[in-house]
Amino acid sequence: MNSELIASRYSSRRVAANVCLPDPSIDKPWTLESYRANGGYQALEKVLSGSIPHTDIIDTLKLSNIRGRGGAGFPVGVKWSFMPRAADGQKYVVCNSDEGEPGTCKDRDIMRLNPHALIEGMTLGGYVMGATVGYNYIRGEFWEPYQSVEQAIKEAREAGFLGKNLFGSGFDFDLHNYLGSGAYICGEETALLNSLEGKKGEPRFKPPFPAAFGLYGKPTTINNTESFASVPAILRANGDWMDGEWFKNLGVENAGGVKVFSVTGHVERPGNYEINMGTPFSELLKMAGGVWKGRKLKAVIPGGSSVPVMPAENILKSNMDYDSLQQNGSSVGAGSVIIMDETTDMVAVLERLSYFYHEESCGQCTPCREGTGWLYRILKRINSGRGTMEDLDTLLDVANRIEGRTICALGDAAAWPVQSFLKHYRHEFEAKINAGITHSYPTANAA
Amino acid sequence: MSSIKIEVDGRELEAQAGEMLICVTDRNDIYIPRFCYHDKLSVAANCRMCLVEVERAPKPLPACATPVMDGMKVYTRSELAIEAQKGTMEFLLINHPLDCPVCDQGGECPLQDQALGYGKDDSRFEEQKRSVPSNDIGPLIATEMTRCIHCTRCVRFGEEVAGVMEMGAPGRGENVKISTFLNRSIDSEVSGNIIDLCPVGALTSKPFRFSARSWELRNHNSISPHDCLGTNISIQTLRNEVERVLPVENSDINECWLADRDRFSYEAVNCERRLTHPMIREKGKWKEVDWETALAFAAGGLTTVIESGSAADVGGLAASTCTLEEFYLLQKLMRGLGSCNVDHRLQQSDFRDDAVAPSFPGSEAAIADYSNFASVMLVGSNIRKEQPLLSLRIREGWAAGKTQISAINPVQYDLNFELTNCELAAGPNLVSRFASLARAIASETSKSLPEGISKLADASNLDAAARQMLEAADNGALILGAASQQHADASLIKAIAHWIGDATGNRIAVLAPANSAAGWIANCLPGSEGKNVTQMLSEGLRAFILLGTEPELDSIDGKSALTAMENAEFVVQISSFTSESVNAYADVLLPMAAFAEAAGTFINCEGRDQTSKVAVSPKGEARPAWKILRVMGNFLDLNGFEHITLDDVMEEISASVNLGSISASSRLKDWKIGNRTPSEKGLFRIADMPMYRGDVTLRHASALQATADNPAPCALINPKTIESLSVKDGDNVIVKNGSGSAALTLKVDSAIAPDCVHISAGFPETIRLGGHVMVTLEKA
Repeated sequence: MNSELIASRYSSRRVAANVCLPDPSIDKPWTLESYRANGGYQALEKVLSGSIPHTDIIDTLKLSNIRGRGGAGFPVGVKWSFMPRAADGQKYVVCNSDEGEPGTCKDRDIMRLNPHALIEGMTLGGYVMGATVGYNYIRGEFWEPYQSVEQAIKEAREAGFLGKNLFGSGFDFDLHNYLGSGAYICGEETALLNSLEGKKGEPRFKPPFPAAFGLYGKPTTINNTESFASVPAILRANGDWMDGEWFKNLGVENAGGVKVFSVTGHVERPGNYEINMGTPFSELLKMAGGVWKGRKLKAVIPGGSSVPVMPAENILKSNMDYDSLQQNGSSVGAGSVIIMDETTDMVAVLERLSYFYHEESCGQCTPCREGTGWLYRILKRINSGRGTMEDLDTLLDVANRIEGRTICALGDAAAWPVQSFLKHYRHEFEAKINAGITHSYPTANAA
Repeated sequence: MSSIKIEVDGRELEAQAGEMLICVTDRNDIYIPRFCYHDKLSVAANCRMCLVEVERAPKPLPACATPVMDGMKVYTRSELAIEAQKGTMEFLLINHPLDCPVCDQGGECPLQDQALGYGKDDSRFEEQKRSVPSNDIGPLIATEMTRCIHCTRCVRFGEEVAGVMEMGAPGRGENVKISTFLNRSIDSEVSGNIIDLCPVGALTSKPFRFSARSWELRNHNSISPHDCLGTNISIQTLRNEVERVLPVENSDINECWLADRDRFSYEAVNCERRLTHPMIREKGKWKEVDWETALAFAAGGLTTVIESGSAADVGGLAASTCTLEEFYLLQKLMRGLGSCNVDHRLQQSDFRDDAVAPSFPGSEAAIADYSNFASVMLVGSNIRKEQPLLSLRIREGWAAGKTQISAINPVQYDLNFELTNCELAAGPNLVSRFASLARAIASETSKSLPEGISKLADASNLDAAARQMLEAADNGALILGAASQQHADASLIKAIAHWIGDATGNRIAVLAPANSAAGWIANCLPGSEGKNVTQMLSEGLRAFILLGTEPELDSIDGKSALTAMENAEFVVQISSFTSESVNAYADVLLPMAAFAEAAGTFINCEGRDQTSKVAVSPKGEARPAWKILRVMGNFLDLNGFEHITLDDVMEEISASVNLGSISASSRLKDWKIGNRTPSEKGLFRIADMPMYRGDVTLRHASALQATADNPAPCALINPKTIESLSVKDGDNVIVKNGSGSAALTLKVDSAIAPDCVHISAGFPETIRLGGHVMVTLEKA
């Protein structure tokens, strides 16, 4: 790994609290030595050598109010309590590091910079849920993070933090990385399980849920990289061992702790920002250096391409937490904040987003397989000046007919941007239609 | 499972907790549209056509994948449900071609039907429609993949039911293409079912293509004659032509499936080689004549032979596909002439246990039981090709983890389930290995093993298989397949099976070809006074009456059969087809009604009698065989041939047999272990009857003849065995047995038992080789 390159990128990061992303002052934070020096593996050691009941850990997580960081925001403590810990047979913990949501790059940095936090978090998860094997499913394009976690796993094994009879507790846990092949849909947890089993990456119909019928049909819990990596710090609680209140109080009601937001787009300093839940958006924007080139803010997609777009006036009155963003018409999602300045062509943006979902639909369910292509083609037509006013109604209708009608949420994710872009920026679509083909606009994709 | 109540569209319905909503609505005749759901396949929930509104659910739910809960309220026709169904239909249609006028599925197309209910008159879709290339996947199934709606029924059928993953869904999103892998063909013996499963015109029948519209066709319920299950079929006809065959659902027999053999054999009915006029040979030349002349000629020829010798100089042979009535009248005619030389068991060679045999070869277990057994033991059985639908039942139990299957087989057959224990043994070794199984059972149970059996056993250890059978007790089956029944020591195998059946409690099944059970029940057998088929063919007779059979191809020992026919003075051939070899030895050809052209009774391996009806009138001058036999009786001045209708024949049979109450037992009335047939030196020829060569109808079904299950005959040999020989893989060799020989290509195949050569019977190329005999190989 090119540590100089990492260090140079890392220095541009502005971090408000250090749970998943390490303090920038730490030298080579990805090494076991650095991680240990800053409290790493203390939580695992205390839990295992002290035989702390798994229910206590679940209680701490529940109290800490940490919600799943992958996008759905399901409380982690509650999810872990679903696992039939006492059931006979193999159980698995799986980490979803298939970070593919356009705009998101937080898990990549966690794996590059703080891989041991992920390993410790997953091992704790294994202990709590009675799983002895964990898999970390990493996005196919993440070769560098993959190597980072591979190296960390090697170090952890050699140091006795992974393997048999950890800390003399009798608890065995081993962890394996698995590199995907670059399909967005494999970030959907059941498609991920199919892919991990060597099958085609298609989401499974639920129920049964993975906690009952998961990897190879065994009870399985799947969490996002950031969720797992947060667990050791939550247990350490900055010195107040196992006090969930510490993490909870970093955030706001209904959303505990800190969260990494990936700020991209038209800002001066794009990057990952680990900030307190509930931080006003305007402060996050300031941390990122504000809108670039002195331009005005036009719109923000606050949680990755699947969540509704927010016009400037809505996002500027929002705080970065679940309730506030929802009140103002969007959602935290995976925390991928895409900033768009006043020059942004919203029709072109939506065409590009729709192309993505069209390209990434697995093709299993009719509405998504057929509908995403339809949406994209209409948008391509409108963006090239060949649209009609009826097309706008059709667009909305098609999106409505995809939403809520498919096995997984990819269909919803394809529908929501269309609905929200048309809600807030219909005039731009109409303008393009009225202008006709005399105006040539650069299209996002020539496919 | 507890009984609960749900409410659908205001109706209160009983349901079992946890069952899928669509099962409850189907049971109560509440229609919910669907494409991917099929009650014999796993739930995919991908077509999204069956979306319904469920109270308190935030979005519409698929009825096929929504388990019912007590008090659940469902609305299948509410605004939300209908809007969801219409939405799906719109998506399905945007890329579906509007080629219904030229699509074979038109008129019986679930997409077309449901589009009428849930689609719109016009489309909002203004983009370019998708087109998908269609590959050639074999002679049976035509593809038009642009029409595919990706329901994956065909994929799931292959994986789950047929047990071969021939179809898949490679690609993503819009680029998902249902196809075979690497452009391979579909070779499953039950592949035609995907034509029925496909809800659109993507997969259609190749032989049927463009020949008729479904609404023009008339249905005639019938029974398939090709195996011992009595598969229920519907023969569909247009203007007195058979156009196609479809399954008729019968949960006790074929469920909703059909083997390709049953589905595509109808092509023979319309083939060019039909015999359509009575013909006689005059001074060495064939001449078309009227029925009167032909029958008088036949009767005259037979009378001449009898008068110059005795009635015992005449023999009658019937194909195993004949109906009960035909078997009955043939043996009545023969016995009327004064000869008991009548038989239908052309593939059998050991008849030593005839006197103690059960009333017919059959299965002591019902067909439906085969999916629930704990143990199945196959002895000399390639069940997947011999009885394809029974094999699906066994696979179902195996796939559900209920059934363990073991085998003693001459070839490691490519079955659609895995074997727990597999012994490879052919010829004399098959008997030894089976006797060893009996010994293992005896030692597990501390029963005393009859000396006759223990003498046959070899040193092999079959303890595991024995335990498997013993643990299952009466929830287990012991199946004797074709290789056991054709065996030179078949009577020994049956006696051992009888002892094992008693010792384990397993139920025995002797799965005989086609309608053999009816042949037994009609007494189309020589009894103690007549000659059996082997005696007739190897010793020869002066005259033969052949009913629907070409003995040189139907018999495993084609050499004896052909020699007997060539040496006979007078041969009456009653057949639906002409063939050059028959033309060379026959003296009179009487055209008989083919499959679908005659009515008759079939008795399956359970003893179940079923009647097929006439679907089309016979081609040309052909007549139903029962009428031919009946009138021949008149021409021969025999008594008791006054039947006016087929019912009269049936009435006569019923006087001696109570058809409704026959039950299958494969136990011998009394048994003893006979002597082994002495074996000569050389390589043992394993002679199987390929699945599409077993009867004359199949041999004339052109699409089946072009399938992968019907390869040109060749000599297959185990790679270890070939090492000791002076020939190598790919050589053209002469296979010899005494005066018989065949020129074939030698191929190495590790599935073949050592010290054997596998050469199929049923082909002109291998007729001259003789049956299960010792052969030598030399380079051509």
